[in-house]
Amino acid sequence: MNGALTLAVELAWWQQTGIRAVVGLLAVLLPAGTLVYLFLFKMMSFMQSRLGPMEAGPYGSLQLLAEVGKFLQKEDILPRKADRWVFMAAPFVVLISTFLLVLVIPAGPDAWFIDIDTGIFFALAVSSISVIGILMAGWASSSKYSLLGALRAAGQLVAYELPLVLAVMGVVIQAGTLNVQDIVMAQATGEIFGWGGIGNPFILTQFLGFAIFLIAVQAELTQPPFDMPVAESELVTGYLTEYSGLRFLLFFIAEFATAGIFSALAATLFLGGWYVPGLDPTSDLFNVLGPAILLGKVILVAFLIFWFRFTYPRFREDQLQQLAWKVLIPLSLINIVVTGVLKVVF
Amino acid sequence: MTAVNDTRQLAYITGQASDARVNVEIETEGMTLNIGPQHPATHGTLRVVVKLDGERVTRAEPIMGYMHRGYEKLAEVRTYPQVTTLVNRIDWLGSFANEVPFILAAERLMDVEAPPRAQWIRTVLFELSRIANVVLFLGDMGVQLGAVTPVFFAFRDREFVLNQIEAVTGGRFHPNFDRIGGLKDDLPKGWTEETKSVLGRIRTFCNEMEDLVTGNEIFQARTRGIGVIPADVGLAYGLSGANIRASGVDWDLRRDGGIGLVHDQLDWKVWTHPDGDSFARYWVRLQEVREACDMVDQLLDGMPSGPVMAKVPRIIKVPAGEAYVETENPLGVMGYYVVSKGDLVPYRVKIRSASFNNISITPWLLEGTYVPDVISILASLYFILGDIDR
Repeated sequence: MNGALTLAVELAWWQQTGIRAVVGLLAVLLPAGTLVYLFLFKMMSFMQSRLGPMEAGPYGSLQLLAEVGKFLQKEDILPRKADRWVFMAAPFVVLISTFLLVLVIPAGPDAWFIDIDTGIFFALAVSSISVIGILMAGWASSSKYSLLGALRAAGQLVAYELPLVLAVMGVVIQAGTLNVQDIVMAQATGEIFGWGGIGNPFILTQFLGFAIFLIAVQAELTQPPFDMPVAESELVTGYLTEYSGLRFLLFFIAEFATAGIFSALAATLFLGGWYVPGLDPTSDLFNVLGPAILLGKVILVAFLIFWFRFTYPRFREDQLQQLAWKVLIPLSLINIVVTGVLKVVF
Repeated sequence: MTAVNDTRQLAYITGQASDARVNVEIETEGMTLNIGPQHPATHGTLRVVVKLDGERVTRAEPIMGYMHRGYEKLAEVRTYPQVTTLVNRIDWLGSFANEVPFILAAERLMDVEAPPRAQWIRTVLFELSRIANVVLFLGDMGVQLGAVTPVFFAFRDREFVLNQIEAVTGGRFHPNFDRIGGLKDDLPKGWTEETKSVLGRIRTFCNEMEDLVTGNEIFQARTRGIGVIPADVGLAYGLSGANIRASGVDWDLRRDGGIGLVHDQLDWKVWTHPDGDSFARYWVRLQEVREACDMVDQLLDGMPSGPVMAKVPRIIKVPAGEAYVETENPLGVMGYYVVSKGDLVPYRVKIRSASFNNISITPWLLEGTYVPDVISILASLYFILGDIDR
């Protein structure tokens, strides 16, 4: 974004910052809204032999606005025994993690918020901030269900951070860089056994990594089959139980925005990000097309995530830990070793 | 204070003291969690007080009575035909089945017998209400385990069964159709064919559930070996219905009780499962829905003709005496103990409902399980709150 803007007109730093803030807000909210409408409202309904929202706007497309309006009108209830400030701050902490995540994802050769050499490392690090927010929410609510939910969330997120990082390691080894933009470039200019027709999207060589990444993302998002922290049939809604109105909405946005951003991360790391084969990856056209292409790939990945979400029952807490430590982590370690050996050989 | 001069002795004492300090156990206090009375998993107002150590249950106690409606007492001031209106609401998902044992008990006291056609239609409706009831369980079990989709399929297909019940009785939920000496009315025209197509839908639904739920690895991991009830413990707690058949006890009143209904004239099988865990309870119920579909098919094919009402006086006065009749209802054994003093109203009605006994095993069963399993075990025991509290 910075690069493109400086080419066209010189902008003052505060103008650039303002534009970045607006675009960043859009980059978080638009995919989130798209996912909620496409998957939560429509795909889920079609899977369950119903229509979903149909009244507000054509095919219920304005339902989301109605929902947001409803949440804004609701009373912001504070439990009497709640830890006031912690309770009120918790949703913002969760949302901060979401906004920090979006920073490193490039949407075109020049369309990025920040371009840092440790981009993927940064993304994985800030994704854990949400745990603090969830723990704050659970503890401050002074409700037993919330507390149980928050502790489950903490255990789960910590356990699945590891396979998430290890699955990305394979990509990093193959691309030879931690910079997200360079990883996209490595896929765009890569070759499969000397043939560079479609570049080298890492899903082809890192399929195991992709699968592990998706499973870990599912757990990070606390979505079924890993939704124990909010298990509505056991813990009412876990750490969300005491929240209402705007603060609940913030948690809700954070959940779906994070789903969108993790999908974008998966699309960037494994599906070639903003690049489609057939064009020169350095062409300026991608600064315009890139966001749309990325959104298309995000929807593709999110479709998988939500498909699992609406189909599977949930694990038990100990089964989830077993899956992480006994299956995913060994598999991702094997993936790293094999990738490393092949990298040296070829 | 005595001085210790020997340094070795001193070292020994200090060593003992520090050991003692380390060995003091860190006592953790358990947490008491109220699951219910308003909780999404208890679909009603059951309250389970659970003492937790971490997520492990050390003690669980079901507390009932939040929905007590006093039907036993109310029945004492209602005439016999009026009582069916009350007992409809005990197990509200299979309400016709609630009326049957009461009417049978009254018929036994009055020494009348319903004509064959009435008995056959009774059995059809009895089995249809079983289907309507258990189909919802098959979907609801998924919800309790976190899969939201199956329950929508269940509601969708149950609706067709309810439509058929409504077509005969006029009521979706509370038919109030059974009469002493027969039935209120005959079957409507064209009902048999429609019902057969509905049975086809239910069979498809059962196959769907087999693919979507019982075939799912996570579902199996969550239910196999969880909440195991050995046959002797189950019998000691008075479990009945699919809950005890899932523990391998081959006992079904439709076959072994043999009064009033015509199950003995049909070709069917009692399903049992040797495991006794949550999965077995789900599986047995799934098979029972299929079996019920086959039964209704046979009943419709072999339906005798004739009147649907025996000769009974207009004002029903039941002769003095007492009778106990129990039938195999969707949730388990349901029985009515009716005492008559020769009045218009029963002197006393004692209702034995299945869920009350089925839920009483929870303190034994839930001890040592995890919180998520509490929910799945409660769901697999399958209780209806109205059936517990009456």
